Amino acid sequence: MKQTFAIAIGGAAGQGVATPGDIFAKMFSRRGLSLNAYNAYQSIIRGGHTLLTIRTGPEPVTNMGDRIDLLLPLNQDTMDRHLKLLRSGAACIYNADTIKPGAAAEGVQLCPLPVSELADISRNKVAQNTLAMGAGLNMMGIGFAALEEVLREQFKKKGEAVVEENVGVARAGYDYAAAHFTPFPNPLPRTDKRYAVLSGNIAMAMGGAAAGVKFYCAYPMSPSTGVLHWMAAHARKAGIMVRQVEDEIGVINMTIGAAHAGVRSMCATSGGGFALMSEGLGMSAMIETPVVVIDCQRAGPSTGVPTKTEQGDLWQMLGAAFGDYPRLIAAPLDIADCFQLIPEMFNLVDRFQCPGLVLCDLLLSEGRLGVDPKDLDFNPVIHRGELILPLDGKGGNGNGASATTASNGDYKRYKITESGISPRAVPGVPDHIHTVATDEHMEDGVLISDEFTNPIKRRAMMEKRMRKVAGIEAAVPPPTLRGPRVADVTLIGWGSTKGVIEEACELLNEEGISANQLQIRWLVPLHGEVILELLKDARHTIIVENNYSGQFARYLRSETSFVPDGNIRKYDGEPFMPHHIVEAVKEQLAGKTKLSVPMHEIMV
Amino acid sequence: MATGVQRATQLTIADLKGRVDPDWCPGCGDFGVLAAIQKALVELQIPNHNVVAISGIGCSSNLPGFINTYGMHTLHGRALAVATGLKLANHELTVLVTGGDGDGFGIGGNHFIHTMRRNVDLLYIAMDNQIYGLTTGQTSPTSRIGMKTKSMPFGNIEAPVNPISLALAAGATFVARGFSGDQKHLTDLIKQGIEHKGFSFLDVFSPCVTYNHDNTYQWYRPRIKKLEDDPAYDATDWTAAIEKSLLWGDEIPIGKFFERTDVPSLHASEPVLNEGPLLHRDARVPAEITRGFIEELM
Repeated sequence: MKQTFAIAIGGAAGQGVATPGDIFAKMFSRRGLSLNAYNAYQSIIRGGHTLLTIRTGPEPVTNMGDRIDLLLPLNQDTMDRHLKLLRSGAACIYNADTIKPGAAAEGVQLCPLPVSELADISRNKVAQNTLAMGAGLNMMGIGFAALEEVLREQFKKKGEAVVEENVGVARAGYDYAAAHFTPFPNPLPRTDKRYAVLSGNIAMAMGGAAAGVKFYCAYPMSPSTGVLHWMAAHARKAGIMVRQVEDEIGVINMTIGAAHAGVRSMCATSGGGFALMSEGLGMSAMIETPVVVIDCQRAGPSTGVPTKTEQGDLWQMLGAAFGDYPRLIAAPLDIADCFQLIPEMFNLVDRFQCPGLVLCDLLLSEGRLGVDPKDLDFNPVIHRGELILPLDGKGGNGNGASATTASNGDYKRYKITESGISPRAVPGVPDHIHTVATDEHMEDGVLISDEFTNPIKRRAMMEKRMRKVAGIEAAVPPPTLRGPRVADVTLIGWGSTKGVIEEACELLNEEGISANQLQIRWLVPLHGEVILELLKDARHTIIVENNYSGQFARYLRSETSFVPDGNIRKYDGEPFMPHHIVEAVKEQLAGKTKLSVPMHEIMV
Repeated sequence: MATGVQRATQLTIADLKGRVDPDWCPGCGDFGVLAAIQKALVELQIPNHNVVAISGIGCSSNLPGFINTYGMHTLHGRALAVATGLKLANHELTVLVTGGDGDGFGIGGNHFIHTMRRNVDLLYIAMDNQIYGLTTGQTSPTSRIGMKTKSMPFGNIEAPVNPISLALAAGATFVARGFSGDQKHLTDLIKQGIEHKGFSFLDVFSPCVTYNHDNTYQWYRPRIKKLEDDPAYDATDWTAAIEKSLLWGDEIPIGKFFERTDVPSLHASEPVLNEGPLLHRDARVPAEITRGFIEELM
């Protein structure tokens, strides 16, 4: 088992859980440690209960893990809820003035801090947090300089006095721990690696900037709002027009309008907003104007649990908008993939002139991961497809697409071609004037829906659009199996569960149960034949997903007739932890059940 | 509204004839609106490849198919949202939005209000016939109380929306009303609306000869009175415009109710567009800037 270390910081919303979280994250990543952070919170601005888990280690950390090594309760409620989760070797640092510990398991170190003796709490309201950070750092075996550096940055704007005050308080906590508490046995090492720590939302926003997105708009909706925040804050530097719109219907239509003018356009929302966008997606498909729409899934139906995660929007995506049309749907596998998927998706939608849907979820959108900066490539390949742009006054179009081509007035926007792709001229190009319509139309764009509806022409246009599906299938790589070709158990997941399933496989292998993994990134196209081939020799297959009905299992069955030996599902709003999967696999291999629904032990 | 600096050699009405002839009912008010738009574009000499006509769904929303400019025949009620995105991506284009009263004030009511308050630089022509035509005659948001239709056979009991007052309240910077039966006057209003730098709203009485037997050409003619004929009327006076907008019945004002030129349009307010249209930007963000984006996270 690789070395990891997890800190959990809990308190009420507004009590300052985020700041120590950010500081620990910075210290770890600057030490060359990988990290994964997950914040369990509720839809409340002040109060409630928030638990931030930061797990770090010298090797890639892909999920929140199973174990809390250090608990920092900022209030009594956190102590009462979570002390019982700690196992032998773990520690809990708390304010001895205000918080009473409960019964702890054997081998758990209780570390009371006499906060009012160590700091002037009348001046510094978050002194307990700063003291606890200093004490925790000492116990992890990290030198004080790491904390001092980050504190100086953090409080620089508030002036020298505040900086000195906080450094002093942190130092007091650090020294107090050295004198009174037992350090953890394995100090956190230092490596030469460098990490950028970011959320999936920031990753998708930056991925958009890298892809050349020039227009982004949104209506605020958790958990997608982080994309809007990054875009808005960086719009002027990145040269992106960012708008907040009156509703998601306006969002998708504005996005399509900008895309139609010839720029790459993107929007993000969650399930409820996506529901409002579905008619617009049909327009994108019908007029063949490409857009990328991100859905950050949260627990539904309806308003649901706005701050909790789920993989429950798959069938909404598959069925979004009426009628048949080509579309792409992909679920990013981790936070680095949130970045990389966006330019990839844009190249495909530009080439095939159809909507592309990114099926993210709260776990990735709001979780944070240490990512190697090399994986955040702002120079990805950009292919705009068969796009005809007007010249800018400087004799070029600066956009990597073909320049204006002469036309003798015979330009047909929806020219019937073998690939189904027709060259797309945007408004402003001379000699290519045409009207696009959401009504069915002929090659030149003229409607066939109103007068003299023509079944032959309708069929030809349907087939033209749908021929793009074959091209899309050929352009997207099929999934691959991770681990041995044949194993005792094959775990099948999609999107954000990649990391936790990976770790479950490692744990199973350590216990003598060989396990491999099939993680699906592209949902449309699915590559059903390849999946069947990969699973043909599997001894025991289990589909793992974060929803009630097995949305992916049902989809896979509908496309391939494949039925797994068992399912592991979770729909309590919280993500899987590795042991949930390990224990479920063991009970299923023992023949106890075919459907496991692990219980989430952390009450948040 | 940006009209594009370059002028076509000589744009004629024939150049603006669409690929197909209008399929509106004979006598429909929409013919007059189409003709007035074509005349206005010829008088202003805007190259037709720099004009985009955007509509929703409905009889009047078929207009983009009948005029030889770029066109988008979008979704019911969504034309203004599509037009806003298009204009922000390439603000050198001249954008005309057309549609009916159901499209604009019913299903599209939310976008109508927000596009006005944003002062998006485009001309929105509502072809207002106080009825749903393409769905064969139901009550619309502008149908009068008491009007009998297929959806309210015992008479409408809901008060109609007043598009002019609504536009004034929502912050439209150019508000006018025209009549399809007065071509010269309507053409002049369209020209003014195109040239106005900001959101221009033009409500046009465009009688439905098939389903609306109340608001006919004959009903309008004796009632309409041009604001331009009153030398004392000041179209920069918002309060006066509100008062005039409330008149209905024996006297119905048409003409320019209101215009203000001191509010910058949306695209002119956004520094991101200072360097010119988004369409002509390099796809890549400069490396020195993207390096900063990553350093923020370390």
